[in-house]
Amino acid sequence: MSELPVIDVVTRPSETVAPETPAGRRSFLFSPWHLVLLPLAAVMVVPLVWMLVTSLQTLDETRHYPPSLVPSSLQFGNYTEVLQRAPFGRWFLNTVIVTVACVIGNLLFCSLAGYAFARIKFFGREVAFVLILATLMIPFQVIIIPTFLIVRSFHLIDTLGALILPNLAGAFGIFMLRQFFRTLPIELEEAARIDGASRLGILFKIVLPLSGPALATLAVITFMWTWNDFLWPLITIYSPDHMTLQLGLATFQGAHQTNTNLLMAANVMSMLPVLLLFFVAQRYFVRGIATTGIKG
Amino acid sequence: MAEVRLEHVTKRFDDDVVALDDLTLEVADGEFLILVGPSGCGKTTALRLVAGLEKATTGEITIGDRVVNDVTPRDRDIAMVFQNYALYPHMTVKKNLAFGLKERHTPKPEIERRVGEVSSILGLDELLRRRPAQLSGGQRQRVAMGRALVREPTAFLLDEPLSNLDAKLRVQMRAELKRIHQRLGITTIYVTHDQVEAMTLGDRIVVMSNGRVQQIGRPQDVYRRPANLFVAGFIGSPPMNLLRGRAGDGSVRAGELSFAAPPPTPAGDVAVGLRPEDLRPALDDMPSLEFEVEVVEPLGNEVVVHGAVAGAVVATGAEGEAEIPLSLDAARAPLTAIFAPDEEPVPGDRIRLGIAPERVHLFDLRTGEAIPT
Repeated sequence: MSELPVIDVVTRPSETVAPETPAGRRSFLFSPWHLVLLPLAAVMVVPLVWMLVTSLQTLDETRHYPPSLVPSSLQFGNYTEVLQRAPFGRWFLNTVIVTVACVIGNLLFCSLAGYAFARIKFFGREVAFVLILATLMIPFQVIIIPTFLIVRSFHLIDTLGALILPNLAGAFGIFMLRQFFRTLPIELEEAARIDGASRLGILFKIVLPLSGPALATLAVITFMWTWNDFLWPLITIYSPDHMTLQLGLATFQGAHQTNTNLLMAANVMSMLPVLLLFFVAQRYFVRGIATTGIKG
Repeated sequence: MAEVRLEHVTKRFDDDVVALDDLTLEVADGEFLILVGPSGCGKTTALRLVAGLEKATTGEITIGDRVVNDVTPRDRDIAMVFQNYALYPHMTVKKNLAFGLKERHTPKPEIERRVGEVSSILGLDELLRRRPAQLSGGQRQRVAMGRALVREPTAFLLDEPLSNLDAKLRVQMRAELKRIHQRLGITTIYVTHDQVEAMTLGDRIVVMSNGRVQQIGRPQDVYRRPANLFVAGFIGSPPMNLLRGRAGDGSVRAGELSFAAPPPTPAGDVAVGLRPEDLRPALDDMPSLEFEVEVVEPLGNEVVVHGAVAGAVVATGAEGEAEIPLSLDAARAPLTAIFAPDEEPVPGDRIRLGIAPERVHLFDLRTGEAIPT
């Protein structure tokens, strides 16, 4: 009798990495794919490099035509000027608060809802699930006004609460976690039920500890969305003290004049956390996009 | 400790599949009861109903003196071992064992004591800090047993606990299970499709098919007096030979075989059951039939001989039966006999096989029920 596939629930994200190269055909060798990939990589990198370069130029240089990609001198002073001219630290803190709250909210509420949809039989479950999925197909622009009205009725306009409340749970997270929970062996949960665990006990003590990769993916994706969100803060936040980074950055673009070099310096600083996160958690980004096929 | 009773329990699933049909069953306090049958016969469903993982459509389930139909699994005070063990992969062995106690708010020293006790009974002391993935199949099996035992439940439910072990380990764990049961005397319901496990472990066995009980009894009784054709074909390895026959005028004839019919035999079509181990080279006064040897399987302590005799076989509906092609020659029926180790016939031999008349089983072909002999 073959060995039992013992409850190997934790699929490792690293397993989704490219297949092994056959022995003898190691890196360095040229592949025709590189003809495609190298130009694409360049297209992707150029804006980033340009942003970095611009952030180190003087204002005059940024207005030079044709644009120069090599700064004559490195104006690190741009960075300190940004920090002095705008409440950058405040915006950064606001963004962190909103992002952390949304990540925690999504992990918690999407787990609860995802688990209910995955395992609890209740009247109207399938219909409710389809409805939730359907909301993924509604563009945000369509629901801006109703959402605004709801948030206003909570007296949250121009507070961080306006940014947090509507984003505490999302259809995407519910869907993703439900799919993952359904892959866990049901016997584990039955064993826990017989062992005396409650529904919530099962979720928090058995299911979630085994869902690390899915939770990490959701956390990473939520982090990125929230951190980069611009439109919703633009609509709900007026006072500089409650602005997030993305919104604050926009204030560098005046109606008549834009200090491009300062804007780019601020951009670089606001991007750092996301870049850092990407390097640390790259595999979860890839997994999130690969396994669900939506948003990224 | 408690007895478990199922009274007229029926389970119908959402898709109208009837998994259990009017099951009535009583498990005595401290008894080791086996539910055995082919896959899909309802045995696992019965177990899950007792565990509370499924709800009975109708009927009453009692544990001790409490009707538990609406009691949650948590409050039924039972423990269950799953076929794939269902150990919590993210917990060490020790935490796996302690989980059920912690969930019931057992005081810490008490948890320590019980986990220690169970792990020494099952020889898990060395493994307490490991995780399930670091254990062998047999070790996982023991941890699963331990997780159930540590709770000191009133009833113990096992769902094919040995089916994922290799043959040698299975025999060891079988004995181990029996030893544990003898020592602790917990009421146990054990589901298996393996008739050897059923025969060796059970105080009584319940043979099931298609959601219905076919026979309940002590293993030897079920083996000696199968109540119907299904049980006859299911219990016994190799299975009983069943030949189509006819009763009338005070005798029964099946192919060449002919013997006096026992008094209650009604005239009509019958199945004649011959256990392979009851067949032997014929003595003069025995009912006998000519057997052509086709395949010989020496097993050391006995020799299993497959061959053919004149006649036709009877289908019992047992699992896998349809997979075996019947003899191409309609007038020939396959037959299996077990010989003593010193007799080793060769293919092509023609042997006259006899059987003592009191060893012959008779079944009414219309009802499938056994005719008492």
